[in-house]
Amino acid sequence: MTTDAQITKYPQHFRTVTRHRVITITVLVTMLALLILSFYRLDFSLARIFSGFSKLFDVTRLMFPPDPGWGPTLLRYLHAMGETVAIAFLGTLVSAILAFPLASLAARNTRINLVMHFLARRTFDTLRGVDTLIWALIWINVVGLGPFAGVLAIICSDLGSFGKLFSEAIEAADRKPVEGITSTGGSRIQQIRFGIVPQVLPVFLSQVLYYFESNTRSATIIGIVGAGGIGLILSEQIRTLEFQQVSFVILMILVTVSAIDWLCSKLRFQVIGQPQH
Amino acid sequence: MVNHPEHNALLKAYEQATHRRRQQFGSGVAMVLLLSMLAAWMAEVDLEKFYDNIGNFTSYIGRIFYLESGQAVIRDPSEWFWGLNKWMALLGETLMMAYVGTLLGTLGAVLFCFTASKNVTRSATLIFATRRFMEFCRTVPELVFALIFVVAFGLGPMAGVLAIAIHTMGALGKLFAEVVENIDMKPVHGVVATGANWVQKIRFAVMPQVLSNFASYALLRFEINVRGAAVLGFVGAGGIGETLISAIRKFYYADVSALLILIILTVVVIDSLTEKLRHQLIGSGPESKA
Repeated sequence: MTTDAQITKYPQHFRTVTRHRVITITVLVTMLALLILSFYRLDFSLARIFSGFSKLFDVTRLMFPPDPGWGPTLLRYLHAMGETVAIAFLGTLVSAILAFPLASLAARNTRINLVMHFLARRTFDTLRGVDTLIWALIWINVVGLGPFAGVLAIICSDLGSFGKLFSEAIEAADRKPVEGITSTGGSRIQQIRFGIVPQVLPVFLSQVLYYFESNTRSATIIGIVGAGGIGLILSEQIRTLEFQQVSFVILMILVTVSAIDWLCSKLRFQVIGQPQH
Repeated sequence: MVNHPEHNALLKAYEQATHRRRQQFGSGVAMVLLLSMLAAWMAEVDLEKFYDNIGNFTSYIGRIFYLESGQAVIRDPSEWFWGLNKWMALLGETLMMAYVGTLLGTLGAVLFCFTASKNVTRSATLIFATRRFMEFCRTVPELVFALIFVVAFGLGPMAGVLAIAIHTMGALGKLFAEVVENIDMKPVHGVVATGANWVQKIRFAVMPQVLSNFASYALLRFEINVRGAAVLGFVGAGGIGETLISAIRKFYYADVSALLILIILTVVVIDSLTEKLRHQLIGSGPESKA
């Protein structure tokens, strides 16, 4: 078969201008135009980029070797790091405990009435919509500067996430155990305790462990606005240009976060069984 | 009924069956309690102070909905949103920061993800190096990068954009590499058999399989980055955050609520838009599998 014959037989495969291609090109051109407009509006300029990167290079060079400061400085760093972990731990734990009853109000199969259901859901959405850092700023107004404000901030923003996740887990629970308990004459509380809790508890625990790790990351930065932990020291050192100490603190954060990551995934596999790989 | 022998046997068996689990559960709870006491001491938890000042929290939430004149904000919306034009411009700047940061970060992630995937790259050293580099980029918080970039690039959105880009590159690079590792290898073998080089292999055998998934992940990241960009201003890296933090610190109560409402609304709108786009990408893309 010659090429001409192929072209007449399958014209759609030999067209150079297809609808698909037009769409692709339009999208790409729009994205590029938006990018250029943004560069212009955000004050990007080649001169600034060059001087910035050369300065960044200097800064990076100043970071080596990392300097722990030894003595009392090192103790202060370690204490702040411990504070960070404590904020994450306490924040995760308390918000999980608080989210448990609230999530059962928000879940469709365990709710008491529609009004509570609606209220609980909107509360979770609002709590989640406000960033942890903003919660920290608000709590600083209430309990003053320090790690306690950080704990409260993490509780607030996590309550929103846990409430949503937990209520979804409760809604996904199998109805059969609940029906079994109902048939033996179990009360509403007994239905939840023996019919639903055993099903959802492993799911909850695994989500809590996952959030503990991600909260450790958040807890490292809330110190920047004054809510305790290593963030305060880090931002102090960056602003006073003590880059050798900055790199040490960053290293410390990396090590702590990966240690907690390792620990949490270990515990998680114990709770939900080995991964299916 | 309690003294019925069969009943007693059943009860005993139940006791035995649950005894070990109960013990484990009890020791777990004790451990968590101990740890939380330690953590509470470390984090300077002061329930008395909390109890004394909790009124401040509710009154704070109440106060942000009142204007300086003492009127409820709802009764004078034009006074409440007095800075709307300025704030909308700042929100626009925030969105642009998120857009440019996401785009640059995605490009970086596309560049690096292939050298982090076992099925398209041979060199174990290259894979290891790329993976560690990306891990570093996503573990260091965005705000820390922003703080350092503010020193190098000066105050302003440029530092924020770069911080978002670096963090996005690390986070997306990992996800992209996972996508690439899960592709169908038959097209790759086919292209290699015709004598294609590495770049041609990626372009014609790998890219068509992964592109829709990449785009979907990038859109998801854009959502996250809009939230992130809104607080980057806290450290002087551009966007609406700077106005927000000064409103909070200077106790411009009504401004705080107005700004928070604008930010939450923007986030909600962006979330629903990207969700629609993502469903289209995954649902009707010719390469989609899921």
